Amino acid sequence: MKKMRTPYLIFMFLVLSLPILYLVFYSFNAGTTMQGFAGFSFKHYSELWQDTRLIDIVLETGIVALLSSLLATIIGTLGALAIFRVHRRTIKGVLLSLNNVLLVSPDVIIGAAFLILFTTLKLSLGFMTVLLSHIAFSIPIVVLMVLPRLKEMNPDLVLAAQDLGARPTQVLGQVTIPVITPGIVAGFFMALTYSLDDFAVTFFVTGNGFSTLAVEIYSRARQGVSLEINALSTLIFLLSLAIALAYYFINKVGKRAKTPELKEKVK
Amino acid sequence: MTMSFKKQKKGFTSFYMGIYGLWLLAFVIAPLLLLLFKSLQTQGGHFTLANYQTFFTSGPYLAMTFNSIWYAFLITLITLVFAYPTAYFLTTLKNKQFWLLMVILPTWINLLLKTYAFIGLLGQGGLVNSSLTGLGFHPVQLLFTDWSFLLVAAYVELPFMILPIFNALNEIDPLLTAASQDLGANNWQTLRKVIWPLSMPGVKAGIQAVFIPSLSLFMITRLIGGNRVITLGTAIEEHFLVTQNWAFGSTIGVILIVAMVITMLLTQDKQKGGRS
Amino acid sequence: MKKILLSILAILVAVVGLVATKAVFDNSRKDEVTGKKVLNFYNWGDYIDPALLTKFTKETGYKVNYQTFDSNEAMYTKIKQGGTNYDLTVPSDYMVDKMSSEGLLAPLDKSKLTGMSNIDSRFMNQSFDKGNKYSVPYFWGTLGILYNKKKVSPDQIDSWSKLWSPQFKRQIMLVDSARDILGMTLISQGKSVNDQNVADLAAAQGKLSTLMPNVKAIVADELKIYMAQGEASIGVTYSGEAAQAMAQNSDLAYLVPKDGSNEWFDNLVIPKNAKHKDAAYALINFLNKPENAKQNAEYVGYATANKGAYALLPADEKSDPAFYPSAKTLDSLQVYKTFNQEWTQRYNDAFLEFKISR
Repeated sequence: MKKMRTPYLIFMFLVLSLPILYLVFYSFNAGTTMQGFAGFSFKHYSELWQDTRLIDIVLETGIVALLSSLLATIIGTLGALAIFRVHRRTIKGVLLSLNNVLLVSPDVIIGAAFLILFTTLKLSLGFMTVLLSHIAFSIPIVVLMVLPRLKEMNPDLVLAAQDLGARPTQVLGQVTIPVITPGIVAGFFMALTYSLDDFAVTFFVTGNGFSTLAVEIYSRARQGVSLEINALSTLIFLLSLAIALAYYFINKVGKRAKTPELKEKVK
Repeated sequence: MTMSFKKQKKGFTSFYMGIYGLWLLAFVIAPLLLLLFKSLQTQGGHFTLANYQTFFTSGPYLAMTFNSIWYAFLITLITLVFAYPTAYFLTTLKNKQFWLLMVILPTWINLLLKTYAFIGLLGQGGLVNSSLTGLGFHPVQLLFTDWSFLLVAAYVELPFMILPIFNALNEIDPLLTAASQDLGANNWQTLRKVIWPLSMPGVKAGIQAVFIPSLSLFMITRLIGGNRVITLGTAIEEHFLVTQNWAFGSTIGVILIVAMVITMLLTQDKQKGGRS
Repeated sequence: MKKILLSILAILVAVVGLVATKAVFDNSRKDEVTGKKVLNFYNWGDYIDPALLTKFTKETGYKVNYQTFDSNEAMYTKIKQGGTNYDLTVPSDYMVDKMSSEGLLAPLDKSKLTGMSNIDSRFMNQSFDKGNKYSVPYFWGTLGILYNKKKVSPDQIDSWSKLWSPQFKRQIMLVDSARDILGMTLISQGKSVNDQNVADLAAAQGKLSTLMPNVKAIVADELKIYMAQGEASIGVTYSGEAAQAMAQNSDLAYLVPKDGSNEWFDNLVIPKNAKHKDAAYALINFLNKPENAKQNAEYVGYATANKGAYALLPADEKSDPAFYPSAKTLDSLQVYKTFNQEWTQRYNDAFLEFKISR
């Protein structure tokens, strides 16, 4: 199977990145469409630089995405812990089903329902309503990511810690959380993805001058997406790549520091 | 000591449930009731079951429901087939967390843009067809076919399948696979008898994360499928935004949600039964 | 645990960083705009020349908060539900009627309007807003056929019925709109686009379903991209969309079939709950000036309703019969009347059945 590994992974990464590379390639097109390369040019990047409205929206999108995924991850993790500790099977089933309602509902329905909710509460549409909605629709996926880790956790670990006199906060901080961390991280990234990609819900609950990138792109698409958006995507892609690399190196350094400690534990 | 531990733990649990429950109440139960309420109303605001009757007696809507389930099933199957080996191989890599991030990265590019890139790739004069002509073949119609729809939908959903499976696989104690091999199992047997069962929770999470949203895809059905593939999502979109018939849109929404709950409960019971 | 807390901290730092960048960024821009006068403009995406908005701010001092929507119905939902205060928006004909009859629009104070004489009288006093109580014409256009000159000659498609010819197997793209496609079928049967007769609609649906073998795809705004890429040889779409496709691909041309078609208008209106009505009037008056309307028309690519602007356009654009049709064609055009919920639903159900019947 080892022999298959490298070619298969190369193939998958190629497939995953092909559309992105295509977007990146055409962001340097001197022409105006994603067809027929008219020559190399940075003109779409300078257009982007002058488009203050778009830059503003990018910043707003980033703020909403990071804040909402952070809060959704916290609430979602608490939710997963709560569901995990419910022992009655029917209640667990009901909670899980309710949890998944937002995942199955089409965005348009969620958006319309949230809009009615906010207007009934007399909230002015804008940053707060968008943030609340993004938190709301990201929570279920975090729960779904964290719950399996809790189920797999060895219950003896908690009992052992308890026997050794650990307080609940210690059990949570030193046993449970470290075990479910991969799930939490996955949940955070999923929440981030949901937030960045959402169009329909945001469209309904935004107003008074606040906008996110997805909404802006969808509205602009009426005239055909301009390559300025390609340029922007290229920059966002490079930035995420840089963050991924940074994350990797920080982790590597962190791991090196940790290794002796681990060895000691094994002893 | 143990008493107070339990008590304290209980306190924590109710605190968690309180926060999570507040969210459930405000953003799930309230909208859900609203939806149900709307679906049981006539345009004038009277109580009626007519919307449900219309749905279950209308040929086009039933056909569409069947279509949605069928395509969502295919999309889930395709992503699972491709995602499982990817996730498995990723876990065997040295810098696996880094490579996992690389898998997630494409999801941060706007969906509409990726779809436009696919239009460019699959079009008559696109990259795929010009390579085909370069190799001496005739160009083929790729856009607006079931295949291109499945390809793009699967592409979009792939990371959502890889991620949970990767997490589950990554959890498996490498000693278990080593033990299985020591006991004389070959790679295939180890995969089938040890790794696959242990990764089931991830597979299930992945299926949920892909199947359910696939039922209500709408952008891709139009842009890549040319509306030759129609899902319930398209219909809901239309009722909410074009005909402004929120009552009927809500009806389809309620049916979709009920169907989801039934599926969830069924799979859950099976799992429990198998274990006991 | 420490790792998690550190990560939370890192994310919060990133958020603060973004907020700070935005603040610095907004500050650097404030120098351009003096005063606190604002205008909340709710418009279609890319439906006004941004340079004009800058010019408007310079001339009048109103800062424009520009927000976009992508369909009449989406805009209607937002305005009806409340929670926002838009001062100016741009509904199409039937939507003006719907919004005004539901009391969502503020009547125009004619004494505050200037430059109305620049607007072609043909666009005034339309059935959707008699006496222009609520709306000022912005852009207009038609439904027609966008075709590839290399594959199709104009006389092959000069009437709607010719689309049913077997020679166009899997070559036609339709715009995803029940009213337009059923309307075009009704015209081909000699009926009105506003037909409200169950038998006529059933007959139209029957005829439409026989078009399916010729249909390649049913798409929305992206139709122009596909046509420009040469994905199909015929597209049923709007004149403005066609203009944009033709700008990208010179093999394309647009025509309005002889048997007539639909004519649509987009209009500037002031929503009832607008807070800055003076600003809204200022922008309407600004856009009514011929030189501004001309600049806007050249940027947007749609046909202007401003006859002063039309006179300023280059000769080849003015004489293009596809976008500024002859008087004879104009006579054959019909405007959509607003349907009630029941008929909107009937048209949509008929169209949905057609889409499923492949």
